[in-house]
Amino acid sequence: MNITVRYFANMRDRMGRAEDTVSIDGDAVTVEELWSKVSPQEGLPSNVLIAVNMEYTDGSRVLKNGDEVAFFPPVTGG
Amino acid sequence: MKVIVQEGLFDPYQETRDYEEKCLPVGKHGAVVTFVGTMRDFNNGHNVSSMFLEHYPGMTERHIEEVCEEAAQKWDVIDALVLHRHGEISISEPIVLVAVWSAHRAHAFDACRYIINYLKERAPFWKCESTKQGKRWVEHNTEDPGVNAKGLKQSA
Repeated sequence: MNITVRYFANMRDRMGRAEDTVSIDGDAVTVEELWSKVSPQEGLPSNVLIAVNMEYTDGSRVLKNGDEVAFFPPVTGG
Repeated sequence: MKVIVQEGLFDPYQETRDYEEKCLPVGKHGAVVTFVGTMRDFNNGHNVSSMFLEHYPGMTERHIEEVCEEAAQKWDVIDALVLHRHGEISISEPIVLVAVWSAHRAHAFDACRYIINYLKERAPFWKCESTKQGKRWVEHNTEDPGVNAKGLKQSA
């Protein structure tokens, strides 16, 4: 399946890119497993927020083909 | 209710007046409470010269709309308007407007406070400040010291 991965704010700086398109074999891939594919050297930062298809979720969320996953730091708007 | 996330500068008071004239039924509201967040020239002990506000198009609007809908379920809100900037913001410029119309002031005050506090907690925006020491991402917002006393904060 194909997953679009987006990085915002200091997560984009950390990754050195704004977006990845990832192809993964299997049908029960979690966000944490996706992270280990896009960042094999470094575990998921403890304070990172995760969204799938623009809804907040956590690392155990199982992904499906076409999902958009975003990783970003705590929000600071307003 | 209306939520707009835009790059351009806006006049929050003119926007409030214009929205009221166009969208509010005449004679039904007895209170309009507005919150305007503006750009300071200091933060966390440093002088700040400007700020870039990043957002997640689509998700940001969706979460502000959800917060407005929650406020309308909790209090008697006739209407609400939220305008939020993104992009480059200069000192003293408005960043965000929350305007709430209600029949009575208590509902308008509480709903307005709820919307701005939950917007700050959930809507995906990130501030990058420019200081003499360079650019830095703001790591967390300041707390509203009154939220617990007013019962406006839910436990997670």
